[in-house]
Amino acid sequence: MNKIFALASVVLRELYRRKDFYVLFVIVALITLLLGSVNVFNDTQVVRYLKEVCLLLIWIAALVIAVTTAARQIPGERESRTIFPLLAKPVSRAELVLGKFLGCWLACGVALVAFYLFFTLITLAREHSLPLASYFQAFWLHWMMLAVVIAFTLLGSLVFTAPSVNSTVTLILVTGVLLLGRHLNKVAAQLPEPLGLILSPIYFAIPHLELFDVRDLIVHNWKPIAWTAWSLATLYAASYSALFLGSACLVFRRKPVN
Amino acid sequence: MEPILKITDLRVEYRSREDAGADLGVKVAVNGLNLEVRRGEVFGFLGPNGAGKTTTMNVLLGFVNATGGSAELFGVNVREPIARQRIGYLPELTYYYKFLTAEELLRFYGKIFGLASAELEKRIDHVLRLVELEHARKRLIRTYSKGMQQRVGLAQALINDPDLLILDEPTSGLDPLGRMKVREIIQRLRDAGKTVFFSSHELGEVETVCDRVGILHEGRLQVEGRVSELTTRYHTNLEQIFLQIIGYRPNPPATVTCA
Repeated sequence: MNKIFALASVVLRELYRRKDFYVLFVIVALITLLLGSVNVFNDTQVVRYLKEVCLLLIWIAALVIAVTTAARQIPGERESRTIFPLLAKPVSRAELVLGKFLGCWLACGVALVAFYLFFTLITLAREHSLPLASYFQAFWLHWMMLAVVIAFTLLGSLVFTAPSVNSTVTLILVTGVLLLGRHLNKVAAQLPEPLGLILSPIYFAIPHLELFDVRDLIVHNWKPIAWTAWSLATLYAASYSALFLGSACLVFRRKPVN
Repeated sequence: MEPILKITDLRVEYRSREDAGADLGVKVAVNGLNLEVRRGEVFGFLGPNGAGKTTTMNVLLGFVNATGGSAELFGVNVREPIARQRIGYLPELTYYYKFLTAEELLRFYGKIFGLASAELEKRIDHVLRLVELEHARKRLIRTYSKGMQQRVGLAQALINDPDLLILDEPTSGLDPLGRMKVREIIQRLRDAGKTVFFSSHELGEVETVCDRVGILHEGRLQVEGRVSELTTRYHTNLEQIFLQIIGYRPNPPATVTCA
């Protein structure tokens, strides 16, 4: 386990020594502050609109951080050839994949904490109330969704050679699942037989990332979802992450590093 | 004495492709290689470019799988990560995380070896002193000169106090001073009873520091033995032996005519 934590610590150190996260944070902060400065008749709807836009920006920024960070991990090690002295140590390839995953996931967690803290400050300045449970659920489920995305991206980084190809494919697939995932079964039902038959299993096989999107809880100040549902969603994310990581370990095990 | 590095009938094949992607068929990089290195030896692994030295090292380190035969370190198959617990490896070129300082890099590798914190800090101090990089320990590696990067490479190879060091052309690209420093370190390691397995093109250097050498050519081990035995047997120095074995024939001198 210590090896996995050591590998994760390098990913975290790399993230805070690079500028990507800071640039995205500044962009999100600037857009939100700009929108927040527009106070039309002190209308509560405008506050909701502001919250919605800010959360959308946080989702986009977090997704970009997760995909770009995870996509460059193993190809980056191969390209800079740092993988050679690393794998010459008593570390297995599975530990390397898990360490990279943990590092990316923790890095995204740190970024999310910063984003959500900023969001909370902006909301508190306008609404003077803080439904902590809803905020926690939204943050946690968002973070769990990123775990699935990171595991999928790591698997992609072992299949595609170029990180840019992997990032693009992953971003398209994740956005597609988030926007259209829930409608796939309806589309399948309307399609003629061979196509519908192909689409139906896809609907059941893909990870339904839209399940983790509970932004409405905090946009509309709704009550938190049932903790059982929250726990099941966590389990669902853990299962898909494990599946993708297991596949990544299998692919990597057979791959020559040079 | 039990060998700590043992290669038996090693064969490595790979599919060769040209730049345009056309398949050039199967190439044999290493063919029927048998080799043993015993504790406390400094073994020079020699051969021209493309002879199969780096491929052999890659098999020993688990980077590539052998097509046939076996390779063991400390009696453990090289495919097992635990086989690498007691080795240190220095790659030919410096490949380290440039966003880390030397101290952070060594701490990271030390943790990979499972060293306890107090012991690790002592090891970091010791290896940085050994490679004369104490003054630059808190500087990012990206700011280091090539010689300093090579020395940080040696420091990471020594962080676990290994019993066996695998060095792939450790003096390649270094200036004479850098080369001398690396050579001194290898000699100090030999005096400390460490086993060193290294490849090099610097035959003078090999003659100075090695107990035994093996010359690989076209994937096969052509000759192996103590440096003194070989020079006696061939009645010449190591460089001439090397050239004979690889079949080097000097071109006849060109006739130069002046108008």
